[in-house]
Parts: sequence; C-alpha cells; structure tokens
Amino acid sequence: MTKTAEQQQRAATTRRNWALSAPALLVLALFASGPLLIVLVYSFLRPGSYSGVEWEFSTEAWQGIFLTRDIFDGTLGWADAHLSIFWRSVKLSLTTTILTFAFGFPTAWFIATRPARARAFWLFLITIPFWTNLLIRTFAINEVIRNEGLMNTVLIKLGVIAEPIRVIYTDTAVLIGMTYVYLPLMVLPLFAAIDRFDMKLLEAGYDLYASRWQVLRRVVLPIVKPGIVAGSILVFVPSLGAYVTPRVLGGGKNMMIGNFIELQFGQGRNWPLGSALAMLLLLIVMVALLVYVRAATKGAPQGGH
Amino acid sequence: MSEAATAAVAVEGRNLVKAFGQGNAAVRALDDVSVTIAKGEFFTLLGPSGCGKTTLLRLIAGFESPTSGAILLDGRDITALPPNRRPVNTVFQSYALFPHLTVAQNVAFGLQMLGKPKAEVAATVDRMLALVKLEAFAARRTSQLSGGQQQRVALARALAPAPQVLLLDEPLSALDLKLRKEMQTELKRLQTETGITFVFVTHDQEEALTMSDRVAVMSAGQILQTGSPRQIYTRPANRFVASFIGETNFLTARISGGAAHLAGGVIALPAGTADTASATLAIRPEHLRLAPPGTPGALPATVAHSVYFGTDSHLHLRLADGAELVARQQTSADGAAGPEPGTEVGVLIAEGAVQVLQE
Ligand SMILES: Nc1ncnc2c1ncn2[C@@H]1O[C@H](COP(=O)(O)OP(=O)(O)OP(=O)(O)O)[C@@H](O)[C@H]1O
Ligand SMILES: [Mg+2]
Repeated sequence: MTKTAEQQQRAATTRRNWALSAPALLVLALFASGPLLIVLVYSFLRPGSYSGVEWEFSTEAWQGIFLTRDIFDGTLGWADAHLSIFWRSVKLSLTTTILTFAFGFPTAWFIATRPARARAFWLFLITIPFWTNLLIRTFAINEVIRNEGLMNTVLIKLGVIAEPIRVIYTDTAVLIGMTYVYLPLMVLPLFAAIDRFDMKLLEAGYDLYASRWQVLRRVVLPIVKPGIVAGSILVFVPSLGAYVTPRVLGGGKNMMIGNFIELQFGQGRNWPLGSALAMLLLLIVMVALLVYVRAATKGAPQGGH
Repeated sequence: MSEAATAAVAVEGRNLVKAFGQGNAAVRALDDVSVTIAKGEFFTLLGPSGCGKTTLLRLIAGFESPTSGAILLDGRDITALPPNRRPVNTVFQSYALFPHLTVAQNVAFGLQMLGKPKAEVAATVDRMLALVKLEAFAARRTSQLSGGQQQRVALARALAPAPQVLLLDEPLSALDLKLRKEMQTELKRLQTETGITFVFVTHDQEEALTMSDRVAVMSAGQILQTGSPRQIYTRPANRFVASFIGETNFLTARISGGAAHLAGGVIALPAGTADTASATLAIRPEHLRLAPPGTPGALPATVAHSVYFGTDSHLHLRLADGAELVARQQTSADGAAGPEPGTEVGVLIAEGAVQVLQE
C-alpha cells in the first residue's frame, strides 16, 4: 500500500522533472546535436559544383579522407597528404599538452603555495590572456618571433646571433603559440588539485627516506593526478582542432586538421569532405579521451582524493 | 634516572636555538636547549602550547635546521643531514597517511624507499600490521579507517623501517578519551616490544606521567626540568613545574633555623635548608591532613568551601594571614560529608612534603 503510494509519487516526480527540463533539452538538441547531425548527413553527400552539396548519397567523401585517385592512371593510393596533416595535428597537440604540463606544473605549484592574498593575484595574472581576443594574442606572438620581430632584433643587437633565427611559419612557431594560448587551461585544474594537496604529506615522504624526486613521483603526482588528467584534456582537445594559431604562426604550409577542414569549405569547395573530416576529428578526440582516461584511472583509488 | 644517565645516548641536543623571523619580530621558539635522550627510553616533552615542543621534534626529524647548536644521533653529528637521510621516523599529529595508497602500501613506503628487497618488505609489513593488530585491513584505503585505526597505521608506517628513534607529536590528541587510554597502553607496549627510543610530545601531564621513563618540562623555549615522572612530581625544580604538573599549594614564608615561619605557625623543614627572608613553599594537596583546632604542630585555618569529586573532596582552607590552601581528603567509607564551611580546623603537613622552591 505504502509502496504503491511511494511509487506513484516517484513517477510524478519523474514526470515533473522531465517537463521542467524539456525546454533546456530542446535547446540542446536543436543547437548542439542539430548542427552535428547536419554535418554527419553532409559527409555522406556529393559536393556541389561551386559549393554546397548535391542531395545524392555517397561515401566518396569518407573514402577521400584516406584514399586518393591518381590523376594520370586513375589507380587508388593512400592519401599521404591528408594522413600527414592528421599525424602532424596529433603530434603537435600531444607536444603542446606535454609542454603546457612542463611549464604549468611548476607555475601551479608556485601559486598554490603562496599566501591566500598573493594567490588571488597570481591567478588573476594567469587568466589575463583570456581577456584578449585569441587572434590578437596570436599576432602578438607573431610580432615577437618573426624574422624582424622583437626576439631576433634584441638577439642581433646583443650580438648573440648574426642572422635572424627562423622560427615563424614552422612547427616550432605553432608549438610556441599553442603552448602560450593553452597554458592557463593546464594551470587552473592543476592549481585546484595542488591546492587540495596536504603539504604534510611531503614531510611524511621525506621522513620515510624518499628523495625530492621520489616524493614528487610517488606522492605528489599520483595524488594530483585528477588535475593532470583534467588539464591534459582541456589542452589536448582544443589543440587538436586549433585553427587560428597554426594559420597565423604556421603559415599556409604547416596546416593542422582545423585549417584543412576550413580549406574544404573555402577554396576546396568540397563540403562533404570537410564534413567527413570534422566527424573524424570528433571521433579521434573521443577515442583519445577514452583511451587516456582509462589509462589514467587504471589502478587509481576511487574516492582516494 | 641513574639507569638513564649511564645508558648509551640515542639523541643529544646541544645548545639548540631556533629563531623564527628576523630582527625585532623574531620568535625564539627554542632558547638554548640541551637535552640527552638515552637509548630505548620513553622520553616525553611536556609543556603548555607554544613552548617549543614541536619545534624541538622537528629539529630532531630534520624538517627545520637550528639557528645554532647541534644535534647528535648515536654520537654522530646529524645537524646538516636532510630528513630522508636520518634514521628517525615521525608519527604526525594529523597522521599524514598517503591517501592514494592502501594500508599495506603505506606501511611499505619507507622500506621501499630504503631499497629493501620485495620479500623483506612484504614480511616486515605483515609483521608491523600484526603488531598494531591491523592484519585484516591491509588492502583498505586509509580513508576507510576510523581515527584510531589511522593512528595505528601511522605507527606501523613509522616503525616499519626500524628507526633508531621514533618521534611522536601529540599522536593521541585527536582521539576520544576512551580510545586515548587504550592507545596509551598500546604505545607503551609497542615501545617495550620494539625497544626503540620514543620521543613523545604532549601537553597532557597525566599522559606524560603514566607513560614516560623520563619527562622534560618545557616553557617558553626552554627545558625547565628533566627527570623521572616521580622526580618531576615530588621534587619540582621551580614554581612553573610545580604548578604545571598536578595541583600545588604555594605559601610564602620566612626561613630561619631550619624552619619556615608563617603567620599562623612554624613548619619544620629538612635540615640544612638555607635561611631566606622570603621563600616559596610548595605543598601537594594530598599531603595535608585536617586535625582538631589547637593540635600541636597544626596550622590554624578556617574551611572556606569544599568541592566533591567522588573519590575525594578538595577542601579550600584559609590560613590566619589570608593565604589559601587546598587539602585533598579521601571520601570516607561511610560517605560522611566533610567539615562545613566556616569550621575552625588545624592543618597538619606530612613530613617531607614541603618543597622550598628556587625562584
Ligand atoms: N614556522 C614558524 N614560523 C614562525 N613561528 C613559528 C613557526 N613554528 C613555530 N613558531 C613559533 O614558535 C613557538 C613554538 O612553537 P611550537 O610549535 O614548537 O610549539 P608547541 O610547543 O608544539 O605548541 P603546541 O602544544 O601548541 O603544539 C610558537 O611561539 C610558535 O608561534
Ligand atoms: Mg606542537
């Protein structure tokens, strides 16, 4: 008797919850899944002759990602150019993630160990770049590293080098730019994790004969791992789809996936291929995240932090 | 005492000074402390909050280095050694267990850092867990343990590498009274079984008296007296020690001819007590006895009020010159009430109970 009443009540609550969240769900479906669905559909159509799509089913776009038809003898071969762009994107994004961690961890540690007042100030400094448009920040980096830029001018004036170091329009330039742009996304979650870290554990580690390095590896890193995982995801995902930074600092030649996709919707006039590439990027990100989170949480305590 | 003095020395602190901060703002947490701790001893640092107990412990552990002075371990100067190269382990007040490791992994940590072979680590961990009766919890996360169990893990973890000295900073203060009593016995047992030198910090005098072989009473960065619990209690070196440990009556008196002269009478003192115009006498409440007024040798007094404690009562007495004394009276078998406030009584002082303190 009481049970049915309870069940009725629960059912009513469920209905009410659905009704209340319906508008939000509708908006989400329309504006988040909707566009994705369009992209997915487009990837299975034929390209229009000037732009847009022809409404005719085809898997050509998907094949075109990996395979290319030789223009002379018409045989199929691997689309090396596409694959190297993918490979470069993954490589640059991984390197960016590692670099932001290498710079971000000491930074986050420094901030987390300041007194409360100073901490707010340092965090504020870290977030300042967010206040400026990404394009402007990227051009600022350009201004620093280009051949006649700040870095080379100063080094030449100081007599350290005779010729300007050519960094601009190389992968290094893209790396510098992306590391600079995404550093805050690594620092903030790391800071949150280190802030929760009990500094007494350092003394416990030293007391039990661990060297500084061992304390870092055996005590600090395992405990702040959730922060490392979060920071890596926050940096890796946007890096992989980066568009502005490789465009401005990598020049036309050093494309990443983002630039290549844009190319298909612009000069390339191949919307289906662009759509297929975008879906593939999404797939890569999801698989990479899945593999990474699996590996990162393996053997880690549940609720140990 | 004589035993401790002749036994081998485990830890020695020589003229240790530790100042925090600079210039005028500097705090002398330790002000010229010298201490000698014998091997296998249960040594306790006792003192009020802020007197420098933790600082002294941290100097021995190596977490702080002294402003001046030296620390010797087993006769070797270790002042410049970092904590990970000192054969000394600490039980932290907050336990500081590693949250990402299991109980067994926590206990194994020190042994692994020392590079012990796997089989030896496993065997020692089992032995330690048995010692603290936590065999059943080996695979648990430390966050899934009660306070008392975490305390035991911290103990096992610190004991596992078989340190020469174990430092314990108020390890029982986070536990409730019952658990605390249990752990006091447990600690004493562990110390006896392992034979390791324990340096124990507390501000609980009862804990210090019941557990220690020797106690150092500290105040304001200095050690005021070191001795066995019995010595500290019965022969306090000064007024601070006498009042900090147990309850004490203080009386001001003129000493001449081997006796103390008070307003209401004369108290005999041990032969050879030097004459002074004004000295402080310390008398424990349990050494006072009530007698009918006018008893020879008794000081005349009036009962001000009494406080009942169950096993005994504290009688607050007023002497002729207005000085207050507290006498402790065992509750009699028939449970009869003591004298009413306002009653005239005589106070007899047990022989040898009077301590003349140096100011
Ligand atoms: N890192 C530090 N910086 C500045 N002053 C300190 C520091 N550590 C301790 N002190 C000061 O040194 C004095 C002794 O501190 P300590 O922690 O040794 O006291 P304690 O006897 O352990 O007290 P408690 O019983 O409260 O733990 C105190 O006045 C304290 O404020
Ligand atoms: Mg302390």
